[in-house]
Amino acid sequence: MKIQLNLFASLTRFLPDPKEAGFSNLVEIEEGTTIEELLDRLKIPREQPKIIFVNGIHAGGTTVLREGDRLGIFPPLAGG
Amino acid sequence: MEKILRIDMGAEGGPKINEVPVGDYAGLGGRAMTSAIVAKEVPPTCHPLGADNKLVIAPGLLSGTAAAMSGRLSIGCKSPLTGGIKEANSGGQPSQVLARLGYAAIVLEGKPKDETLYKIVINKDGVKIQPDNSLKGLPNYDLIDKMKAQYGDKIACISIGPAGEMKLAAASIACTDMELRPTRHAGRGGVGAVMGSKGVKVIVLDDTGKTMRSPKDPEKFKEAQKAWVKGLQTHPVTSQGLPAYGTNVLTNILNEAGGYPTYNFKQGRFAGAAKISGETQAELETARGGLATHGCHRGCIIRCSGTYNDKDGHFLTKQPEYETVWAHGGNCGIDDLDAIAQLDFLDDNYGLDTIEMGATIGVAMEAGLLKFGDAQGAIKLVKEVGQGTPLGRILGSGAAVTGKVFGVERVPVVKGQAMPAYDPRAVQGIGVTYATTPMGADHTAGYAVATNIMNVGGSVDPLKPQGQVELSRNLQIATAAIDATGMCLFIAFAVMDQPETFQALIDMINAFYGLKLTADDVTALGKSILKNERDFNTKAGFTAQHDRLPDFFKKEKLAPHDVTFQVKDEELDQVFNW
Repeated sequence: MKIQLNLFASLTRFLPDPKEAGFSNLVEIEEGTTIEELLDRLKIPREQPKIIFVNGIHAGGTTVLREGDRLGIFPPLAGG
Repeated sequence: MEKILRIDMGAEGGPKINEVPVGDYAGLGGRAMTSAIVAKEVPPTCHPLGADNKLVIAPGLLSGTAAAMSGRLSIGCKSPLTGGIKEANSGGQPSQVLARLGYAAIVLEGKPKDETLYKIVINKDGVKIQPDNSLKGLPNYDLIDKMKAQYGDKIACISIGPAGEMKLAAASIACTDMELRPTRHAGRGGVGAVMGSKGVKVIVLDDTGKTMRSPKDPEKFKEAQKAWVKGLQTHPVTSQGLPAYGTNVLTNILNEAGGYPTYNFKQGRFAGAAKISGETQAELETARGGLATHGCHRGCIIRCSGTYNDKDGHFLTKQPEYETVWAHGGNCGIDDLDAIAQLDFLDDNYGLDTIEMGATIGVAMEAGLLKFGDAQGAIKLVKEVGQGTPLGRILGSGAAVTGKVFGVERVPVVKGQAMPAYDPRAVQGIGVTYATTPMGADHTAGYAVATNIMNVGGSVDPLKPQGQVELSRNLQIATAAIDATGMCLFIAFAVMDQPETFQALIDMINAFYGLKLTADDVTALGKSILKNERDFNTKAGFTAQHDRLPDFFKKEKLAPHDVTFQVKDEELDQVFNW
């Protein structure tokens, strides 16, 4: 099944295809994959991500991903 | 900072300078100082452009010391935009220079009898005020070039552009940065119009011959400073995110969270967000020879600012902030960073609040004056503001006035001030702040976004009403206190997550002034500032009905979450229940 994977700031380089515009890749994953499992597959160090959104809602590493989900991950960041 | 400089602009025979000891206002700084003076000395029902209003300019308690991050300046008055009390805050150099010159505040009082424009010069030899009508109409950049030519490049300037001279309610007050550019602004609430109504075009500060302010207990101060710096260099927000990407790092975050106000607050995601994100902006700036990491004042170690060059590598403007990129970008359906940078430059040059201007253009688009996404049209409109055409004057009076003139219902304001870059339906904590802060719709007054979206200082679900009142209350109190210190508000990220860093701030204040303040005293200070402000607003005619968001936020669902603002009116009335 496919999900939309958005990796931002210093995490963009972990995208399977980092050159694709908009920080976004469509990736193929197996049913029942958790966010943590996907992070491991992409070789993103587990302590790196700080803010995780699934369809715009805060999520944790153990969340199971579903078909068509929009996953957005940020390293520790800020603003104002 | 033992003196207050009072200048009566309407005195017989011309402006009269009066330097007085700080007196009853001793121990106050920044917003504590400005709100105390305004609450005590300005009649709450006065006309904001009249002789009874006062413009108070105050450095913070730690400004002009060796404490890192202490360069913020507070400017207060009765606001011509909201009709209530206002504190606008700016970075840049003037705060520390003014503090080292020994002033706890400058108070501009009265009103000139004619249209003469004045220039004030303050250095180690004293204060001079001179008429200079050759400065009339000068945009900020041209004005600063002239001041540089006359007074050298060791100066720091506080100025208004043509917008302030025209007394437009969206007019800002500019503060020069380390490169002596007028890029930092006390933006919100029309403080520039009040400076214009007092006939003052520019205040030139030069602290040559003055030294760093020295602490009562240098050893303890040094120790506290060390812990302070360590804390800021440890927290990922202050040590990595902000220096690398600046505040515009928030574009992708708010967009992902579905709380990015798009097309005048119609939806919470913008398809063009990635194109105008902080990451894209930093890459572009670096490629064009600008800076993605840059401090706005000496002593800043976060360095969230930057410089933006045009495609030929020439300086165009400072790195536009998140609020500016949103207001002129996604809010207006514009996804062109160069156009946004051009708008930022125009706002800085004319002396306009970028948030108010962007929101106003969004309302103008809603009204059909131009299409959403029309970047060149937006640039034309801002130029009209600078020129003072009738349409320009309408737009320069802000989003509420523009909405009224063109019969628009969807006007995102509270107490007449435009909402910043977070939709209150998807970030309900900031919605509580927008509604209840005495400042009008203001994001810095109680930045619930940190906890709602970024999980700083804990975590409160942004899409539900639970916990938002408490969150906003605590942040409004803490922020008011921080605003008194001269500290840049971005220290709050480190302070909220690291108790030892909060303690270091208290230790620095105690070591500097020889005090024994506790965390409870800091809370008490924040509460007293808010009380002054609420009391002023009540006497000015504000009621609980003014602590509300516009109706449509309660009724109209915001995509992608299909959510409305759910914090009840009775709960909003509990924010100040101590």
